[in-house]
Amino acid sequence: MTALRPDLAIIAREVSAHARILDVGCGDGLLMAALRDSKDADARGMELDARDVATAVARGLSVVQGDADTDLADYPDGSFDYAILSQTLQTTKRPDLVLDHLVRIGRQAFVSFPNFAQWRIRFAHMFGGRMPVTEQLPHRWYDTPNIHHVTIDDFRSFLDERNIRIEGQWFLSGDKPRDERFANLLAEHAVFLLRRG
Amino acid sequence: MAFDMHEDTRFGLDKKTQLLGPVQLDSGVAFAPVECAYETYGALNADKSNAILICHALTGDQYVASNHPVTGKAGWWTRMVGPGKPIDPTRHCIISINVMGSCMGSSGPASIDPITGAPYAMGFPVITIADMVRAQALLLNHLGIETLEAVVGGSMGGMQALSWAALYPDRVRSAVVIASTARHSAQNIAFHEVGRQAIMADPSWNNGAYYGHEAPTAGLAVARMAAHITYLSEAGLTEKFGRRLQNRDAKSFGFDADFQVESYLRHQGLSFVDRFDANSYLYITRAMDYFDLAEPHDGVLAKTFAGTKTRFCLISFDSDWLYPTAESRRIVHALNAAGAAASFVELSSPFGHDAFLLEAPEMNRIVDGFLRAGESR
Repeated sequence: MTALRPDLAIIAREVSAHARILDVGCGDGLLMAALRDSKDADARGMELDARDVATAVARGLSVVQGDADTDLADYPDGSFDYAILSQTLQTTKRPDLVLDHLVRIGRQAFVSFPNFAQWRIRFAHMFGGRMPVTEQLPHRWYDTPNIHHVTIDDFRSFLDERNIRIEGQWFLSGDKPRDERFANLLAEHAVFLLRRG
Repeated sequence: MAFDMHEDTRFGLDKKTQLLGPVQLDSGVAFAPVECAYETYGALNADKSNAILICHALTGDQYVASNHPVTGKAGWWTRMVGPGKPIDPTRHCIISINVMGSCMGSSGPASIDPITGAPYAMGFPVITIADMVRAQALLLNHLGIETLEAVVGGSMGGMQALSWAALYPDRVRSAVVIASTARHSAQNIAFHEVGRQAIMADPSWNNGAYYGHEAPTAGLAVARMAAHITYLSEAGLTEKFGRRLQNRDAKSFGFDADFQVESYLRHQGLSFVDRFDANSYLYITRAMDYFDLAEPHDGVLAKTFAGTKTRFCLISFDSDWLYPTAESRRIVHALNAAGAAASFVELSSPFGHDAFLLEAPEMNRIVDGFLRAGESR
């Protein structure tokens, strides 16, 4: 099986067995398939891209073509053990509303995103004077799907405002885990486990 | 492993049986006896867990994968059904049943009313999609099939698949609903009314009592022409015909079929009347117009599927304006709200509503994966 992206590997490890999960922005369903096979999870997915949905359904997964910005409202409160949003937050039109739905639908929510305050990005911006193009964020200003860049500190203060509790957090440099110290400066990716306060 | 079904005359091609019934119709009528014309392909496995029911559309029939007895043409869904296809007689026991109200052998307005000894004509009760499904359930009882691995249908077939899941949730493990809807819209009803009025305006219709006389073929042909437009897309029509003239270099300044598209529609209308009964067209379009799955639940579609264990797979096509993607999405939202296992994708095709009957490799890939996932559970 294809190795999972590092942030997905963390989520796959932390999800408890037999859980009901909703993967928002599930792509072609790699994480869902892994959770089904290794954790016996009852996994559902939502994905915008039709080709990815077709691939996921052909894999035998329950995936609906839909948009996190508009199609989460119908899911009842607490209808999943976990709602998962991996590397999708920064592409949504209203990340605040999407996060509200996430912690409403899932009793817990996993959210992973690229940290826009990582030092290479700061460096590129400060000295290059251009929108950063890095390995972690390879798009140019005009073709990036990332329309709401967020930093780890931004995210934490948002959670504070919304009274959303952090129940777990993991940080990555490349595919290596790193500890919490100076995460906002040093981590390329962050994974949070959240619960509505 | 499989039953020896060669001896079992209930299974096979071009079957017809009369069931005692009755079917309790939505109108209040208890209809009996019930004629059922159907075909089966493939064999039931030992635990009878591989039965797939295919439901046909408005003018379809039970000849899914075998030649049509009137037109001689290949079955209407050989792209989906056959050896090596997603619905495969080497793996599945496939059943297709002519819907009640139709004219290919199941009870319909052209059938003989045992009480009068004459065709029912307008004496046939008005039926609904749910009634069609109830009649199908009777036939499955007769075949000894309690649970279906899947119910699969496009267009009106999809309405039946949804109704199966709503009426008999314990008998349906999976439902595949393609290019369909959970209710007929005002626009859907409007187009059907045009068709019905065309039939009833034909003097030969004679209040439906035309059996043994000339049939209202002109009216039925017009009904078919109007409906056929709704099965295509503007882009598809433009690509296929544009403004090209039919076998002529200049406009005739008359009312011949100058344009290719006119000639095509006339041909569609004329060839249709050879194989379809005008009264059946009235009854089945009525059933579709009455269709609104949420109606018994105060308009809340999610309640229709509350607690369902059935898995659903919905597919729509982006150029289908008869049952547009928004209708499938409405069903998906209801299924999500009900906590059902649902898959949905909108596929791209220039061919409008008819896309589900045409070559669509992505559709086949999805249906195949969806069915196999159900089989491995």
